[in-house]
Amino acid sequence: MDDDDLSVRLKAYEGRPAAVAGTGHDPVNLPMIRHWCEALGDTNPAYTGPGAVAPPAMLQVWTMGGLGGHTARTTAYDELLGLLDAAGCVAVVATDCEQEYLRPLRPGDEITFDTVIESVSARKTTRLGSGYFVTTRTDVRAGGELAGTHRFRILKYAPAARQRTAPRDRRPRPVVNRDNAGFWAGVERGELLIQRCAGCRTPRFPWLPGCPDCGGPDWDTVRASGEGTVHSYVVMHHPPFPAFTEADDTEGAEGAEDTEATAGPYAVGLIELAEGVRMVSNVIGVPYDKVRIGMPVRLEFRRYDDELVLPVFRGGTP
Amino acid sequence: MRVGDELPPLEIEITRTLIVAGAIASRDHQDVHHDHEAARQKGSPDVFMNILTTNGLVGRYVTDHFGPAAVLRGVAVRLGAPNHPGDTMVLTGRVEEVDGRTAVVRVTGDNGVGRHVTGTVKVTLPEGARP
Repeated sequence: MDDDDLSVRLKAYEGRPAAVAGTGHDPVNLPMIRHWCEALGDTNPAYTGPGAVAPPAMLQVWTMGGLGGHTARTTAYDELLGLLDAAGCVAVVATDCEQEYLRPLRPGDEITFDTVIESVSARKTTRLGSGYFVTTRTDVRAGGELAGTHRFRILKYAPAARQRTAPRDRRPRPVVNRDNAGFWAGVERGELLIQRCAGCRTPRFPWLPGCPDCGGPDWDTVRASGEGTVHSYVVMHHPPFPAFTEADDTEGAEGAEDTEATAGPYAVGLIELAEGVRMVSNVIGVPYDKVRIGMPVRLEFRRYDDELVLPVFRGGTP
Repeated sequence: MRVGDELPPLEIEITRTLIVAGAIASRDHQDVHHDHEAARQKGSPDVFMNILTTNGLVGRYVTDHFGPAAVLRGVAVRLGAPNHPGDTMVLTGRVEEVDGRTAVVRVTGDNGVGRHVTGTVKVTLPEGARP
């Protein structure tokens, strides 16, 4: 799902309830008022004694789920937060709080509340990371009577620090799906498999769900012999991508451990296999500026890291 | 009480204790307000004050000034630079509007990183209070 799709899905939650008929875990009470005043250093005498009222800014406190959890939260709000989590926006920070106090809350008041999702922003980039602002509005009632309203905005974001520590130098992972799973299963076994139409017997590569020649849906595979020639090639000079700029032209490149990362250019070949199909891959064993059209190459499987093995083609005289 | 009146600044030491006590007193158990490692994992250098505590401090700042008979009608805050342990926040306020006995006070709170909070507080003074 790209950002636009996600934005549309998130927008659909605007106007939906986030909490319905919520009840405060505790009625308004003096101990919680005292803890609050102690923590904040608030010595206002209005908050103590027989005629005490609760500090108005505690409005939200009476609705908090705490470690006991939110009992009135809707599946809509859970879904919204879940979508954001799935998009990597796992961290949350509150940014805005707007409260109106219509009448004082007093010890003994039983609190009920309803919350609506007012808005979900487009994706925003902040210093903390990039994410979405979600604004809710809560009506807080005491004994059924509206006592205050509370608008609250949070930023659900993907932490910037996490992005910085991503494995930036590793090759992108292949996208394996139902149509190409057989190819990657072959690579795991050290085989380069070419699809072949079960109807007209035409080989095809890359893997496709149907035959481009006759449209036949059935296929089997042919194991490539590994012989091929450079049909065409390009040399990648700039920009340097860390994942693709290791020294492919060194001797004995059997594994990633004996190559050193360099920022130099590299050759990308379109290899014509002996079986009559072409595939894009790296040409190794030959300096990038010595790769030529028609040059014979031979398949080998190269390990790039703990998880990734790819078919590449070695050129030069054996 | 007139438009343009300034409230005396209030300095608040941002201790780890204030941050944690404020979070727990407001029943906000988000780990970033009490768990240093969790806060770091989420891209913050340390734990930081939760919005409910800031909200409460802004309310307290105004009632400290106008006295216990003053009644808060509304508090609206927007957060910017976070309040981390070891910092100091200085709250300042200025009366922006006066309508009868009700005033809107603009409040800002600056810390060593920048502007932690901007907000407005609507407050009503009791009958007989010195205008």
